[in-house]
Amino acid sequence: MNFFGEAKALVKANIRDYGMYIALIVIMLTFTIMTNGLFMSSRNISNLLDSAGYIAVLAVGMTLVIVIRHIDLSVGFLAGFLGAIAAIFLTQMGVSVWITIPVILILGALIGLVNGVLIAKIGIPAFVATLAGMLIFRGALLQVTEKTGTIIVKDDQFNAIGNGFIPSIMQLNGLHLLTLLVGLVGILLFVYNEISTRRNKMTYGFEVMSNGLFSTKLVLISAIIGYITWILAGYNGLSWTVIIMIVVVVIYHFLTTKTVLGRHIYAVGSNPEAAHLSGINVQKITYIVFGSMGMLAALSGILFTSRLQSATTTAGTLFELDAIAAAYVGGVSSAGGVGKVTGAVIGAIVMASLSSGMNLLGVGISYQYMIRGGVLAGAVIFDVMTRKQRA
Amino acid sequence: MIDLSITISLFLFVLVRGGDSMSEYILEMNNISKEFPGVKALSNVNFKVKKGEIHCLVGENGAGKSTLMKVLSGVYPYGNYTGDIVFEGKVQQFNEITDSVKAGIGIIYQELALFPDLTVYENIFAGNELKKGPFVDWNKTIVQATELLQKVKLRVTPETLIKELGVGKQQLVEIAKALSKDVNLLILDEPTAALNEDDSENLLVLLKELKNQGISCIMISHKLKEVINIADKVTVLRDGQTICTLDASNGEISENVIIKNMVGRDIEDIYPKRLDKKIGETVLELSNWTAYDSQLGRDVVKNAQLKVKKGEIIGIAGLMGSGRTELALSIFGNPKNYKIQGNMKMFGETKVLKHTSEAIKAGIAYVTEDRKGDGLFLLQDIKSNVSAAHLKGISSKGILNLNEEVKVGTAYKDSLYIKASSLEQIVGKLSGGNQQKVSLGKWLFTGPKILILDEPTRGIDVGAKFEIYTIMNELINEGMSIIMISSELGEVLGMSDRIYVMAEGSVKGELTIEEATQETIMELATQ
Repeated sequence: MNFFGEAKALVKANIRDYGMYIALIVIMLTFTIMTNGLFMSSRNISNLLDSAGYIAVLAVGMTLVIVIRHIDLSVGFLAGFLGAIAAIFLTQMGVSVWITIPVILILGALIGLVNGVLIAKIGIPAFVATLAGMLIFRGALLQVTEKTGTIIVKDDQFNAIGNGFIPSIMQLNGLHLLTLLVGLVGILLFVYNEISTRRNKMTYGFEVMSNGLFSTKLVLISAIIGYITWILAGYNGLSWTVIIMIVVVVIYHFLTTKTVLGRHIYAVGSNPEAAHLSGINVQKITYIVFGSMGMLAALSGILFTSRLQSATTTAGTLFELDAIAAAYVGGVSSAGGVGKVTGAVIGAIVMASLSSGMNLLGVGISYQYMIRGGVLAGAVIFDVMTRKQRA
Repeated sequence: MIDLSITISLFLFVLVRGGDSMSEYILEMNNISKEFPGVKALSNVNFKVKKGEIHCLVGENGAGKSTLMKVLSGVYPYGNYTGDIVFEGKVQQFNEITDSVKAGIGIIYQELALFPDLTVYENIFAGNELKKGPFVDWNKTIVQATELLQKVKLRVTPETLIKELGVGKQQLVEIAKALSKDVNLLILDEPTAALNEDDSENLLVLLKELKNQGISCIMISHKLKEVINIADKVTVLRDGQTICTLDASNGEISENVIIKNMVGRDIEDIYPKRLDKKIGETVLELSNWTAYDSQLGRDVVKNAQLKVKKGEIIGIAGLMGSGRTELALSIFGNPKNYKIQGNMKMFGETKVLKHTSEAIKAGIAYVTEDRKGDGLFLLQDIKSNVSAAHLKGISSKGILNLNEEVKVGTAYKDSLYIKASSLEQIVGKLSGGNQQKVSLGKWLFTGPKILILDEPTRGIDVGAKFEIYTIMNELINEGMSIIMISSELGEVLGMSDRIYVMAEGSVKGELTIEEATQETIMELATQ
């Protein structure tokens, strides 16, 4: 097969995945042109990614919840509530940030586990169980912030999570050196991983991409990573939020694609009865997925509280729906068993780009909601159509 | 002279045309071709049905039977295929299913489309409600439903809920539903696949009666005995082409002829013979085995005694609902949480298996009856289905080796003759026979010592059946033991070494293969 024929076949086979990246690039280019390059400025991209962070981590967890055919409506106010608890730990109780964060994460995981038990063991529909949770945590958030109102956090280490950047070591022509190094290491790791996977496949005697296409792919993706790094290095460098986001995605991507646990999650989502008969403990998988969701909600709460440097009485409002929207834009299917965590993050970035771009253009909030709704519907329509075509 | 010859030829023309369109044939499908991307599903198929005949359509899975019926019923709209459909003398252009229903064609699919929580009369007239003004006329509905129930010889009140009826009776409701729309041509897609022998027999009698009332019928079936019993004509499709049409009145229809035309080769014997049997020690023994289903509130398995030896195929015969599947589940780690009493020994040791994973570890595998419902992950590809029950085999410390998975998948694809374009093919898109083989592959990969097969060849074609039987024999020769649950008596008699017959949850008797005949089995099964 010639180069273009192979490339075409590859795009055709992965149209859903590539479509999302292409959509993101189109959205970014459009806004860049319409704002005379302001959208693609270092400062804006940095802010955009930071503002996507707390929704992106929720969307990762939500993707898995939707993959196993459930939903979690409680995560928004759970994030708000746990964020407030973190603020109380830090300000009123004087607990160190190094203890606060793990305790909050564990607390989140435990609460998620309770959801899991209600759903898998007692058999309450996830929608109802987590709707109850949403009301309870909303009340709990109001309760803990009732006396003080907004709790202002003054801990610098904690606030750095949402606002800080990795140290630069030194500036290079006004660029952030450590960020460039991290980007370089990222590119090297990516190239190494791709080459070793390919070599491994070849030792098994499997078919692999042709040399030409493979190198094109390597160059293209390396260039994209390099370009983003370069943009970020032009402002304050990589923020801690972006680092956390990347770590979460890498861990969850590995977990879902390369481990037995990941396979079990997708098996339960595709066909719970068949999964049970295949020796998979469906209850246990449900506990794990909701536990992870709770933990990520806690992380989201930490990111949000730290970003605002305070815990407010309305923190977390509608986070769950933003996360669900991001997951669907990212290609998850409510029929179960289909959806990628990388997709969820791209979905969250698409939604954040829309907000950011429209803010720059001065689009009114009323239109912003309508346009974001339209994009969500469009993404799902595209999803359904491409799935049908392959059928 | 010229006038005369013109008159004569005109006369002859009218005679010929008239004779044709007065129509012996209610349906003529001429030169139907239909392509899917990359596949020619039908090429120049000709298919004609006479008025008032039962015409069976047979062929292996993927031969194009269902596609042809979808063309006929308008699922594939006019223009989507080439060729002509002439129904009752008129060329038809169906754009959707409702068009074909209006013309008088009723189709009943293999998967029943009834609403379990609604009554019989509501179901019969669902989508076709009888109205008085803008409102539904329920009285008239009930009266007409009662008449239709009599017509299909279903003795239940129209107020009965569908879920209270067995599959056989539900099938009759489907037919009543079709009849309510004044159909002249009834299409049934494997109507007896889910029915036991009694219900099947009833259905066939009913079809004959409808025929006498002038309703023509096209039946797709894999059960050749039924086909021979009921068909006036049989059309065989293979690879999207009409191979032949056999006529019962000429005595052309026999099982051998049909099979030969279906597979395009002679099959000496449907059941491959096992040459040297080496039956060893007892590997599984159940004593006083009782399983109580707390949801149903009754014992689904009662006091069963059962022994399985190494290198042996045990047949478990019985009617639907006789407790065969429940017995299998109670052995296989008890996924339905029955309350179990009694003792199970494997290789002489008492075993209590609390989860399917423990059963798999102990060396039991269970290939389910309903491969689409609880057997396979339909949206996933072949390789991940094959590895799904034994991910340990392709991983270390919880990390998967995806290359190993491809290797395992390829091995089973080859050894089980799974026909697919690649290992990445989505299992939901495979034919029934190939799905069954994937399901089998998934369980063989767990390395079982005892393999339970629940209706291993349901709804799959003769060629694939033969392949599955051959595989079963190979496994037995390697020292595995097989428990085969089957409603097809021919299969039970053809493949088993020993047969247990179940009825109402109890094992009613044990027969050696020498003792067993259709009659002795049915006698025990209907006790």
